[in-house]
Amino acid sequence: MSLSLTPDELRFRDEVRAFIAAHLSPESRRASFLNVSFFSDPDIVAPWQKALHERGWVAPGWPHEHGGPGWSAAQRWIFESECARAGAPQLSPMGIKMVGPVLMRFGTTEQKKFYLPRILSGEDRWCQGYSEPGSGSDLASLKTRAVRRGERYVVNGTKIWTTHAHFANRMFALVRTSDEPRQQDGISFLLIDMKSPGITIRPIMMISGDHDVNQVFFDDVEVPLANLVGEEGRGWTYGKYLLEFERGGGVNSPKLKYALEKVRLLANSDLSCHAISRPEIATKLSEIELDLQTLEFAELKVLSALQRGDNPGPVSSILKLRASEVHQAITRVGVEIVGQNALVEETRRPLHALDDEPLIPEDVLSAVPRHLNGRANTIFGGSSEIQRDIIARQVLGL
Amino acid sequence: MDLAPTEAQQMLRHSIERFVAEHYDSAARRRAMQAPEGFKRDNWRRFAELGWLGLPFAEQVGGFGGGPPEVAILMEELGRGLATEPYLSTVLLGGALIAECGSEEQQGTLLPAIMNGERLLSFAHYETDARAGLSAVRTMVRSEDQGWTLHGRKIAVLDATSADVHLVSARLPDQQGRDLALFLVPKDAAGVRLREAPRLGGGRVAELIFEQVRLPANARLGTSADVLPAIEAVVDRAIAALGAEAAGMMRAMFDATLAYTKVRNQFGRPLAANQVIRHRLADMYIQCEEAQAMAARAALLIGNEANATERSLVASGAKVKIGRAARYVAEQAVQLHGAMGVTDELDLGFYFKRLLVFEALFGSVDFHLQRHAALFGNSCPE
Repeated sequence: MSLSLTPDELRFRDEVRAFIAAHLSPESRRASFLNVSFFSDPDIVAPWQKALHERGWVAPGWPHEHGGPGWSAAQRWIFESECARAGAPQLSPMGIKMVGPVLMRFGTTEQKKFYLPRILSGEDRWCQGYSEPGSGSDLASLKTRAVRRGERYVVNGTKIWTTHAHFANRMFALVRTSDEPRQQDGISFLLIDMKSPGITIRPIMMISGDHDVNQVFFDDVEVPLANLVGEEGRGWTYGKYLLEFERGGGVNSPKLKYALEKVRLLANSDLSCHAISRPEIATKLSEIELDLQTLEFAELKVLSALQRGDNPGPVSSILKLRASEVHQAITRVGVEIVGQNALVEETRRPLHALDDEPLIPEDVLSAVPRHLNGRANTIFGGSSEIQRDIIARQVLGL
Repeated sequence: MDLAPTEAQQMLRHSIERFVAEHYDSAARRRAMQAPEGFKRDNWRRFAELGWLGLPFAEQVGGFGGGPPEVAILMEELGRGLATEPYLSTVLLGGALIAECGSEEQQGTLLPAIMNGERLLSFAHYETDARAGLSAVRTMVRSEDQGWTLHGRKIAVLDATSADVHLVSARLPDQQGRDLALFLVPKDAAGVRLREAPRLGGGRVAELIFEQVRLPANARLGTSADVLPAIEAVVDRAIAALGAEAAGMMRAMFDATLAYTKVRNQFGRPLAANQVIRHRLADMYIQCEEAQAMAARAALLIGNEANATERSLVASGAKVKIGRAARYVAEQAVQLHGAMGVTDELDLGFYFKRLLVFEALFGSVDFHLQRHAALFGNSCPE
């Protein structure tokens, strides 16, 4: 058991650091920090993704054969840690971490050949069509229907909470292709071109002022049969595989460490009248730090298991639950740290390109919208209540 | 970077697990409560034979050469079985202080006697309240006739009842009373008075009064001018080890609660069929996992003593995180057992009390949260 990096791992870390120093501009870092949503706007991400793509580092988790770097679990951890530490923009996970792994595992050769390179290059931008107005936590009750007509499916229905549908040119969606006694059995996994006739997008504004999510309507939208992933009626299995990636496949603690470091910096500056000197702030920061250390250790344990080829078990729900709570605690103390400056409501976006000087400094300004957006963290990707159900069932055997 | 246990660590855990399963059932626990010393001497002999008493000591002095991670494994499993043997007092406090401050001669005579189980120790340090910190010592010692005279009173001394030698902290007056020294006081020295009682949840606890106790010159442990830093280091490491023990106790409480909610039927179904209970159990499980992770983390980092601040952050952090988790799991375990949870018919109460002891030892959770916040705040980026 050891927490220290091996000489090889240290060499790799230095290589990543050198790359970041050479390719991540201060403007990118600033824009990324002031991007207060969970997902970064494409124009913030584009230059960074281009540099990563040239180096072959866009998708840390992908194997060589699909254009990934073929890294070990430890290398992935180091890479994610260094990127987070440097405040690099976060690439959209929807292609790289969600639909990409599903296609690698269940897609046809043609689908892999066509879609995977376009995810890496950034040519394709994906969005996720899972939730519906009547199907949130009870996802399997979804009603958007795909009916086979000749060489096509015809899709009707609506999806909601679709992050970045307004930027995406493709959607992976769960749709109902048949009615079965067990509703999970009638669901299929479909790839939909967002430029198809019959698709309309309604923006949904968040309490922070951000526009991240949308409702998407399908009105007789035609989708070629070739866009079905795997077998018809097996979509639920693929979708669950993807959700496990969404919850635990990634590493959260490096990003959270960076976020905590940023609020501590704020707490130790004139911008917050040195809020850190107040005991109630200092003890809260300690409590968060301890939760974060624990989360990091748990994530590293998963990594060690993966590294040895062991199955880490159904811990992804625990990691998702705790990471979301730690994130919310960081954004909450961030608001406390800025004090009465929290009274300013700034809903213009993007924050890094406001056309006039805001009333209060931008680092302070971003605390409230970040906190407001943070409330979604315990709701999306399976709410905390759903995660507890999963832990009770899968971990405790209840 | 690899957090999987080594083969040797797995073997160590299995051997302790086996021993605990065989020797620490409910009946044995209740017998130990009635024993005058609070534990069974046979078990202590077995600890020695199995090499556990030498676990943290260096191989040069005849020890096993293990570190805090191995100690954490031992403590976690002993915690699961709620062992009451004086491992903390004799090995993790007394033995560690001798290894840290003792002269070569003292180490050469005392450590082998500790490791073979012949000699038991107590660490007599606190006088008022753990909240006062480790430096609040008023017991005085005078240098007299090529020897020492010790005078003072110590409270909350663990396992003094069975100790052959008390390790007592006292102030040297010739250094303006600032310097702290440690003295080896035989249990039967004239002027030593022991008032003792059962300790909450098992074991014994005592008050020790020293009335002009005459000690030979070599009773002083080592010669270093101030042993406070050594005491702080040993106590920090003990806190980390106690965190692992607490994690083991929590796991036992959780396992019992999970089993109970599956078989206890109300309204025609098991308690565990109710979502409010299932979610509570999920939260308890997470707290158990986190406590164990924090204890393992502390064990990995606390051995690195290059930096006292880092070490204290690790110890206080473990105390806060595990202390809070322990409080939650202990209270919910009692709650979910219903009225049975507050009876003496289950062993749950022993665990509940022992976790209270964990909270109270070496400073409360709030004490350590403030200590952590002060150190962590000082390291804030600018």
